[in-house]
Amino acid sequence: MKVLVPVKRVIDFNIKPRVKADGTGVETAGVKMSMNPFDEIAVEEAVRLKEKGIATEVVVVSVGVQQAQDTLRTAMAMGADRAILVLTDVAVEPLAVAKVLKALVAKESPDLVLLGKQAIDDDMNATGQMLAGLLGWAQGTFASKIEIADGKATVTREIDGGLETLTLTLPAIVTADLRLNEPRYASLPNIMKARKKPLETIAPADLGVDVTPRLTIVSVTEPPARQQGIKVESAADLVARLRNEAKVI
Amino acid sequence: MAVLVFLDHESGVIRQASRSAVTAARALGEVHALVTGDAAVADAAARIDGVAKVLRAAGAATAHELAEPLAAVIADLAPAYSHIVAASGASGKNVLPRAAALLDVQPIPDVVSIVDAETFVRPIYAGSALATVKSSDAKKVLTVRASSFDPASAEGGAAPIEQVTVPDGPAVSAFVSIALSKSERPELESARVIVSGGRGMQNEENFKLLNPLADRLGAAIGASRAAVDAGFVPNDYQVGQTGKIVAPDLYIAVGISGAIQHLAGMKDSKVIVAINKDPEAPIFQVADYGLVGDLFEILPQVEAALDTAG
Repeated sequence: MKVLVPVKRVIDFNIKPRVKADGTGVETAGVKMSMNPFDEIAVEEAVRLKEKGIATEVVVVSVGVQQAQDTLRTAMAMGADRAILVLTDVAVEPLAVAKVLKALVAKESPDLVLLGKQAIDDDMNATGQMLAGLLGWAQGTFASKIEIADGKATVTREIDGGLETLTLTLPAIVTADLRLNEPRYASLPNIMKARKKPLETIAPADLGVDVTPRLTIVSVTEPPARQQGIKVESAADLVARLRNEAKVI
Repeated sequence: MAVLVFLDHESGVIRQASRSAVTAARALGEVHALVTGDAAVADAAARIDGVAKVLRAAGAATAHELAEPLAAVIADLAPAYSHIVAASGASGKNVLPRAAALLDVQPIPDVVSIVDAETFVRPIYAGSALATVKSSDAKKVLTVRASSFDPASAEGGAAPIEQVTVPDGPAVSAFVSIALSKSERPELESARVIVSGGRGMQNEENFKLLNPLADRLGAAIGASRAAVDAGFVPNDYQVGQTGKIVAPDLYIAVGISGAIQHLAGMKDSKVIVAINKDPEAPIFQVADYGLVGDLFEILPQVEAALDTAG
């Protein structure tokens, strides 16, 4: 079984993003970039499926700028077999990415597409669901557990009140939540090996996909800051202030 | 044109977050509510203030709000609507993007403010920035943050109920089971007071030390991602960028350092209290009242103070 794993290059999760002075977006120049953490979890899960003998090939794909190659190399250092970069300078939206992925699914015929549930830059949480919709495939979003057997995936999902389990007929889409696994660090030998793994570059137009955004950014601003609070000296003082000053208890 | 609002329910009870979605949708037009499940769910939807019509997609296919049939129902109904709205909960986020794909629309998730019929404000980068976006799609598909819109009253409406048919399609997914966390406490998203614990609680056993405080305040209990990752509590306790977004009257953060991903989920709370032994912890930057010290000493003191003069 072949597994396709889309990955996104985003501002590293440890870095506090800065809004550009002109209000057009968030500063990315000179900022450390990494693989979206949820995508790392998806890559890890796909590699584990291969190690268990369930998956035969893990193909990673990224839709983005030239530097997204680094992200793909990281995924291959974790254990993915080969990579596809769909090269574009457009800030692609989930709808466009889902269309690109649909075209790649037609070429690659994977049995499972494993994605991160959301990217930590635009926080859209949409690409997996949209790809599933475009393909008419089953979807298991926010997965904390995946079992594959007999042409079906049994997926445990993180929902508002607890956990839900679904079975999906393959081929299917699964999006990874935090507790699915703990991604490995790539070892130095594997990083070296990943440099020699195949990485193909194509353009969205080669796939016949128009990636023009549907949303126009009117402005990007800092959220209103909270007023600086105070430190209280004791539990009794805290409770008194909550009662008499804030009047919330 | 009217606005279609998908109201999700749990165990037959419509989520309060969905009533917030009704409030948001009313700013855009007449509200028609889509529900699944028993007749009782449709009856409850019909009583929500501001709902003009209820559409009930009953039957086995939609019984568990599975995304595949539900997105097909929404796409079927869509031609009559200018906007399709749901609360930004697990169900809305599961179903609406799929429906948007069927309609060739780029969805707009986590809307916190409606500027006009095509312009919306939403947080990005875990709330480090607010983006105002304008959609060029003919139809808009949005999920809205419940913490940014007051819930519509559960009573006051008397909307007619219509049945809608679920389009035939292959059943590619099937419900197996659900395990809901049992709690006598209020839901996180609708609680007036939340007591939340972080890595500083040290372990699962110690995490329970928050219970007596929550009991006294009638509070829901939340957790940081660190506490969830460490296995102190289940994931549905998680408050933050990848968990629940809350804005209670009072949020008490105990042993939570205040990573940006956590602040994203609670910084719109009316009053924030932080209890942490590290005076430099970032949580103090958003706290209205900070108390520096050992939480294991402070918690009983707070309880005692609540018991006296209370």
